[in-house]
Amino acid sequence: MKGRLGLRFVAIGYLAALLAFPVGLVFYRAFEHGVDAFWEAMTTPDAQHAFWLTVEMVAIAVPLNTAFGVLCALVLVRQNFRGKALLNAAVDLPFAVSPVVIGLALILIYGRDGWIGDWLIENGIRVIFSTPGMILATIFVSLPFVVREVVPVLREIGTEQEQAAETLGASPLQTFFRITLPAIRWGVAYGVVLTTARALGEFGAVSIVSGKLSGQTETLTLLVENRFQRFDLAGAYAASVVLAILALLTLLSMNLLRPKEGR
Amino acid sequence: MIALIPLSAVVLKSTDRGWDSFWNAVSSPQAWAALRLTLIASVVVVIVNAIVGTVIAWVLVRDEFRGKSVMNSIIDLPFALPTIVAGLTLLALYGPRGPFGLDVAYTRFAVVLALLFVTLPFVVRAVQPVLLELDQEVEQAAESLGASKWVTFRRIILPALYPAIIAGSGLAFARAVGEFGSLVLITGNLPFKTEAASVFIFSQVESDNVTGAAAVSVVLLLIAFVVLLGFGWLSRKVVRDEG
Amino acid sequence: MGIVVENVGKKYGDFVALDDVSLNVRDGSLTALLGPSGGGKSTLLRVIAGLEEPDTGTVVIDGEDATGVPARKRGVGFVFQHYAPFKHMTVRDNVAFGLKIRKREKAEIDERVRELLELVHLEGFAHRYPSQLSGGQRQRMALARALAVKPKVLLLDEPFGALDATVRKELRAWLRRLHDEMNVTTVFVTHDQEEAMEVAEQIVVLNHGAIEQVGAPQDLYDRPANDFVMHFIGPVAPLGKRWLRPHDLDILLEPEPGASEATVQHVLHLGFEVRVEVKVEGGEETWVQTTRDRARELELADGQQVWLRPAHDPVLEPEAAA
Repeated sequence: MKGRLGLRFVAIGYLAALLAFPVGLVFYRAFEHGVDAFWEAMTTPDAQHAFWLTVEMVAIAVPLNTAFGVLCALVLVRQNFRGKALLNAAVDLPFAVSPVVIGLALILIYGRDGWIGDWLIENGIRVIFSTPGMILATIFVSLPFVVREVVPVLREIGTEQEQAAETLGASPLQTFFRITLPAIRWGVAYGVVLTTARALGEFGAVSIVSGKLSGQTETLTLLVENRFQRFDLAGAYAASVVLAILALLTLLSMNLLRPKEGR
Repeated sequence: MIALIPLSAVVLKSTDRGWDSFWNAVSSPQAWAALRLTLIASVVVVIVNAIVGTVIAWVLVRDEFRGKSVMNSIIDLPFALPTIVAGLTLLALYGPRGPFGLDVAYTRFAVVLALLFVTLPFVVRAVQPVLLELDQEVEQAAESLGASKWVTFRRIILPALYPAIIAGSGLAFARAVGEFGSLVLITGNLPFKTEAASVFIFSQVESDNVTGAAAVSVVLLLIAFVVLLGFGWLSRKVVRDEG
Repeated sequence: MGIVVENVGKKYGDFVALDDVSLNVRDGSLTALLGPSGGGKSTLLRVIAGLEEPDTGTVVIDGEDATGVPARKRGVGFVFQHYAPFKHMTVRDNVAFGLKIRKREKAEIDERVRELLELVHLEGFAHRYPSQLSGGQRQRMALARALAVKPKVLLLDEPFGALDATVRKELRAWLRRLHDEMNVTTVFVTHDQEEAMEVAEQIVVLNHGAIEQVGAPQDLYDRPANDFVMHFIGPVAPLGKRWLRPHDLDILLEPEPGASEATVQHVLHLGFEVRVEVKVEGGEETWVQTTRDRARELELADGQQVWLRPAHDPVLEPEAAA
């Protein structure tokens, strides 16, 4: 009994010191000068721009990754082809690779002297130090989530329901939208939540391709760093709290979605 | 393809001025110090995670107390919280203005602290389901045969958890080696002291030394792959040896 | 019309699932594909449904060549072994699925679904989800779903395999009555000879991907074409060089020309049926199936001396079977 209490104490103490206290303190710091100060910090033009840029990136990256993720999961589970193992490993790459390296890779392709960068710049398309590059970076780092959540669900439901729909006269497209998609919807939703959280919070990869132009290519996470470097601590805490609240909402939706996976 | 083409660009770039320049870039004192710091800190972090992560998973599965479900859900906070916010968060408590006077900012301990934060969930989430599935009758059988709690844990429970602990540690290691965002604010990025490999790459890109950045990136990629493959192999081997 | 299968072959790698199978299923009949697992019966059913492409051969459904036609255009109703219920839809939506795909009027769909739920006795369950149904109810829902689109043929894969014994018995009788009412050509797969005998009008025995025999239940039982069918379709008692059904042996208390001397080893009372295990002179062991009254009459006891005589000509000479 003593051992059990000891372990409980260690676990709670570790989590408190590492997670709960620090996060709680950021909330305290953000609001210690009152809600008005917080509101002011978050309604400056820079902050507003960063907020909307973040929303824009999420709005583009998440639907694209969702569509790609479901398609990729279908290919991985339902088809057999040479190189399937390679595709499977490649999908996980963004998990294993440093975001900074991902950013660097994008610069090498789309940047000045990059593989297709010069051609793009000549044609007036700026990718690096601009929104398209940041969206690419976001897509890259949040690529695996939907695939990883949907693959096990697809395995679990099997193909019988799809075959049944086929014998009842449904075309492949009808089968997908009426049978497959509803059956995997919780897995997709869970993957979308994780993708959104990652897209909102990505810093390294976005930072390296953004050029950090305040008011132009600055997302919420970059705003936090920028304000911190300019010794605007209160402002940095305020932006952090906005992101932390979004993270807590993510946790909440993960918890709401999880029990339903079993159905 | 989206994933593979850009990464092959990094590999090609790192050697586009020959192997000598690759080697020079990697073995420059500053790069070498950054890589060494990243490796040592990651090893420390993985060891702490393997132990504390297993303890947390055990408490979550076998213990009962109020607030356990809250504890269970905040485990995933490091996955959900943006890394830059994680860094600022730690700085608030363990920085120069911290309420307890614990100031570790700009030290190597800060690197370890930040990496501990972002890698926390891996081992817990790998071990937890295995522990849930574990048949308690086997433990009770061991105890009925006279084994003490500690012996039961060491001889019965722990061997069953090894594959999960190893798999979780492998993921944590790969994450720690590449981590960037949480380190930026709290470590101060002092070359030779607190500058981790990913931060070094970033500063090289900013100062337009792309080839040098690519060279160190390739080393990081190699480490990540070797670790993931190695830990995967190890966890399969443990399962095999168990029969 | 019905179904005509000609020279169908199907291989999975080196494994031959179907080997040059030809079969005629009469219009409106009720046919069982019977055989051991791995014998090819499910594959044949799926080939008919269009869920598997045969390597060779043709499938004609209702006079139309269906070979190469996708399953959705064949007009077959298929009931899967585990029913494949659409878990995210209510019973009503499951049954209405095929009609909605065909873009029928809402009123027509409602009417047809109501009819079908009545037919399968699920009137009160329209708004339940499959997870809220018992195995037998799910089975009937799957059947209603398959029948909703008025299929030309109804195909069922091990329809009673996943149900417990009592429900299985009930559903067998019910399926037979349903078939009499609907009169749709029906083929079902089973590995249970009793089930096949009880439900089907025609039985197709499949083994190692080939058809061993086709016939009415009584034909297969009384006149098996070979060794395999003889053993698969019912119990077998050896006597000398002959194989008989165990109830085709008479037990005599006095010797008689042509009768073999034997010793009673054990008498098992199974209610109406009594099973007598005997050892024939020369050491061969066999058994006789008789009735309670007959056993009482003979006053059979362990260790008793008796004589065995075939009631009529043997069903099959083992040598004759290839």
